[in-house]
Amino acid sequence: MAHRWKNDLTHADVTPKSAFFNRRQIMAGAAGLGVASIAGGVSAQAALVPNSFEDITSYNNYYEFGTGKSDPVDNAHQLQIEPWSITVDGLVDNPGTYSLAQFMSGLTVEERIYRFRCVEAWSMVVPWNGVELADILTRAGVQSGARYVAFETVVQPDNMIGVQRGVLDFPYVEGLRLDEAMHPLTLMATGLYGQPMPKQNGAPIRLVVPWKYGFKSIKSIVRITLTETEPPTTWSGINSREYGFYSNVNPTVDHPRWSQATEREIGGGLFASRRDTLMFNGYNEVAPLYAGMDLSVNF
Amino acid sequence: MIADRINAGLRRVPPWSLYVAGALWAAWLFFIGVTNPPTPEPINWLEREYGNLALKLLVVGLAVTPLRRHLRINLMPFRRAIGVTAFFFVLAHFLVFAILDVQSVARVWTEIVKRPYVTVGMASFLLLIPLGATSNNASIRRIGAATWRKLHKLVYPAAILAAIHYLWLSKGFQIEPLVYLALILALLTFRLPWKRLRPAT
Repeated sequence: MAHRWKNDLTHADVTPKSAFFNRRQIMAGAAGLGVASIAGGVSAQAALVPNSFEDITSYNNYYEFGTGKSDPVDNAHQLQIEPWSITVDGLVDNPGTYSLAQFMSGLTVEERIYRFRCVEAWSMVVPWNGVELADILTRAGVQSGARYVAFETVVQPDNMIGVQRGVLDFPYVEGLRLDEAMHPLTLMATGLYGQPMPKQNGAPIRLVVPWKYGFKSIKSIVRITLTETEPPTTWSGINSREYGFYSNVNPTVDHPRWSQATEREIGGGLFASRRDTLMFNGYNEVAPLYAGMDLSVNF
Repeated sequence: MIADRINAGLRRVPPWSLYVAGALWAAWLFFIGVTNPPTPEPINWLEREYGNLALKLLVVGLAVTPLRRHLRINLMPFRRAIGVTAFFFVLAHFLVFAILDVQSVARVWTEIVKRPYVTVGMASFLLLIPLGATSNNASIRRIGAATWRKLHKLVYPAAILAAIHYLWLSKGFQIEPLVYLALILALLTFRLPWKRLRPAT
């Protein structure tokens, strides 16, 4: 069901389309002309609006395409997204494999402007387009024994340099508890800024769980499986001390190698200051999901 | 001989040009970071550029002696400039970390104490400070050449720690930090007193 969740970020927090495509060209042009007032106007807007389309699509973690932040934008063009099929299986009444068009038919795509907080202590604001995962799961018919949802990213070894290098044990897998998956904030995103999902951001369809660290929001999904037991997840499999299953944004639980108390907003330039990280990335409405849980143990 | 030709070419390059090139390059990177960074996150980018260059220079510095001994390529006149430039890039790396990245003295201290990879990097930096401070003829005269040489062997642990620092901060399995660590260990291996390890015949 669309529109179950209301945003506290507005369009005022998004760079206008006219500015986001060409911010650099505008600034370069303004500098070239020596028109200080134009440059001032643009940077004032940039201060108000943290993340441009360019920022969102050029600073990514997508290890299938390399470990550097600019590797995905350089390499993800090789990702084949046509045709795309998604398998829904496990403890569901209607298992099956669907084309993307079949998968999306009958669902209402809406815009969700979410904060996005990476486990590496940086953050962005992204205007996603997508559908609630709950709608997809409801349609699939979740059986009573199901308690978790497992997700899997596509593996295309010939097109993915990171897969060829074996930087992780691919396919990348992630998971949510069923109540997390059914929460109205949890989105299956198919685009951003009203454009089809860029490949480096996880085309054609990806998960977005805004109160969890970014690596939970698995990209380029080909399989969704309802399970009874907690599914394995890639990063906790690599290092369970550093990455837990829940991985909720939590300023009071540090990553063993760095602090999570503050974050840097991407797009602020060389002199950007840090801001305090918010519990659940500011999405306190999810707190009841974890009532009675020690989040320093279940991190 | 190729080595002779290389040496002849090198003799035409004044060692001080390395300081100038280093300073210009550091300033250029900073300028790019301010005006038109290649990434939306220029702080981390600049931090890594400076750190990476420092590590490269440390490797080159460690290669000077083996190159001369085994390939007869003489970079000796540049060794001090290489080392001092490396030190200044480590310093720049630290300043970007402290001032632009972490942004508070308290947090810098927390990072050093709580984050092993920062601890290791900091240890490497501290080991390099006395080397940077004594890289001048007056210091060599004052403390004596033998002591000075002994003191400057601190660059060995400093380089190993720097490579570990890089390896430790990387996520997942990444080749580049391992290459640096391997290079440094290989260059240090050249210095082991192999002859003494051979059994007497």
